Amino acid sequence: MTMRLTFENVRWSEVWQASKDTLAMLGASLVFTIVLGLLLGVVLFLTSRHQLIAQPIVYFLLSVVVNVLRSVPFVILMIMIMPVTKAITGTTLGVQGTIPPLVVAAAPFFARLVETSLREVDRGVIEAAQAMGASRWDIVRRVLLLEAKPGLLAGITITAVTLVSYTAMAGVIGGGGLGDLALRYGYQRFQTDVMIVTVILLIILVQLLQMAGDYLVRRFSRK
Amino acid sequence: MAYDGWQGVIQLIELSDISKSYRTGSVSVEAIKHIDLTIAKGEIFGIIGHSGAGKSTLLRTVNLLERPTSGSVKVGGVELTKLSSSQLQKERRRIGMIFQHFNLLAMATVRDNIAFPLRLAKLSRAAIQTRVNELLQLVGLEAHADKYPAQLSGGQKQRVGIARALASNPDVLLCDEATSALDPQTTNAILDLLLDINKKLGITILLITHEMHVIRSICDRVAVIDGGEVVEMGDVLDVFLQPQHPTTKDFVSQVADSFDPRELIASSKGRLMKINYVGEITYEPLLFNAVRSTSVQFAILQGTVSRMKNTPYGQLVIEFIGEDQEIRQVIANLRDKGLEAGELA
Repeated sequence: MTMRLTFENVRWSEVWQASKDTLAMLGASLVFTIVLGLLLGVVLFLTSRHQLIAQPIVYFLLSVVVNVLRSVPFVILMIMIMPVTKAITGTTLGVQGTIPPLVVAAAPFFARLVETSLREVDRGVIEAAQAMGASRWDIVRRVLLLEAKPGLLAGITITAVTLVSYTAMAGVIGGGGLGDLALRYGYQRFQTDVMIVTVILLIILVQLLQMAGDYLVRRFSRK
Repeated sequence: MAYDGWQGVIQLIELSDISKSYRTGSVSVEAIKHIDLTIAKGEIFGIIGHSGAGKSTLLRTVNLLERPTSGSVKVGGVELTKLSSSQLQKERRRIGMIFQHFNLLAMATVRDNIAFPLRLAKLSRAAIQTRVNELLQLVGLEAHADKYPAQLSGGQKQRVGIARALASNPDVLLCDEATSALDPQTTNAILDLLLDINKKLGITILLITHEMHVIRSICDRVAVIDGGEVVEMGDVLDVFLQPQHPTTKDFVSQVADSFDPRELIASSKGRLMKINYVGEITYEPLLFNAVRSTSVQFAILQGTVSRMKNTPYGQLVIEFIGEDQEIRQVIANLRDKGLEAGELA
């Protein structure tokens, strides 16, 4: 038996709309994830042992919250925080309804990547900045974030790729986008051609994100 | 101008009764024990010690990168140990520091590294540019302004470190093993630069090192530190020519030829003397003049004729052969010339 792919089930206008939805979800959630994750990551780093604002209790509590959020599977997290989502965006559906769960899932993940990158910054450089009379805020802004730039860019790339797969899962609760299309047509109606098209588009998206990220990391590496 | 002792000398750094202890688990380790140290404005002061002696900790107490467990730190008359953290940040801008591993921002160009303290001080863009250009010229890195540290040699990196440390016109420059990661040639070039800066800008330099060569090349005074205590301190020449403490002798032997006097004594036929001399007489035919009127012969068994900072000096072990009476005359001649001569024991 030969499988004939004619793409007869594919409605390209719907694919186009789904692609736009996926990009919108990805873009919006990535922006919020970067802002919140960076903040959380910097606080995690600064409050950890032997660092500028060593606060073991604060660090422990934040760490637990991050671990809890990271250990709940995304599909379940999405359902669990529906009331919160509704309170923020007024809906749990569509592009808007998926952004809060995407951010809640991805920000702690990105925060850990930020923390790890900041740990890589040479302690001697921080000490030199202190010796020059830098405040903690100066050190965060002018030393840590600058020196960790390649690591942070790599972390953003990993987070963006992770978000792509989360947006696909968001289709489960009517989030829209390519994942939703694949699920509704490809899985529920056995339209394999639709599934293949959406998967190819997702692969291309991930590929492009990774290439762009790698380029930026290379562009900003000075070692 | 006559040397007027300590009168009129401004004490720029005053460390009084500094102690620092660390707690590792249940054990408390005393890294520094009740150290008093005063450093005069304009001098180059060296602290030498083996690794773990506490010299690095001591240096770091001067700008409070290490806060002493007890004691007070005064720089330029300001008691740093009593300041709030924002006041301390301001005072630290008057204290430059350079490091063994340079500690430059890897992600910033040479220019931006040097501009770092100026940006902290919120200078205008134009003022920063002017100052950075001056500093680039001072350390001879004009051609490398837009390179990143990874593209520079060790010596060039330290020059960037020096330019950065000098950017905010500090009164003091702290050097934390600043030449220990450099090869001998580069070390000398950096030491020359430090000496030059000291002369041109009148900046006080406090350095730590484990190399006697560094002390001998540029320091005016030296403190030898061992086990968290200052075991010997004084003018470099005195300490160098007459080391008292075993640790000091150990360091001095790094640069002088080390020898075992007992070996010489055992094989000696005449009288063994150790002779020290300092200053311009180094270049005079001292020995020849001393023995000329006698029939005493001499052999130089060991010796150094060199310079310490800018002062020439010599240190010789000499065997005099001849009659007792005449040898005594020769030694008297030498002492008349202002040399130190002592029996080798």
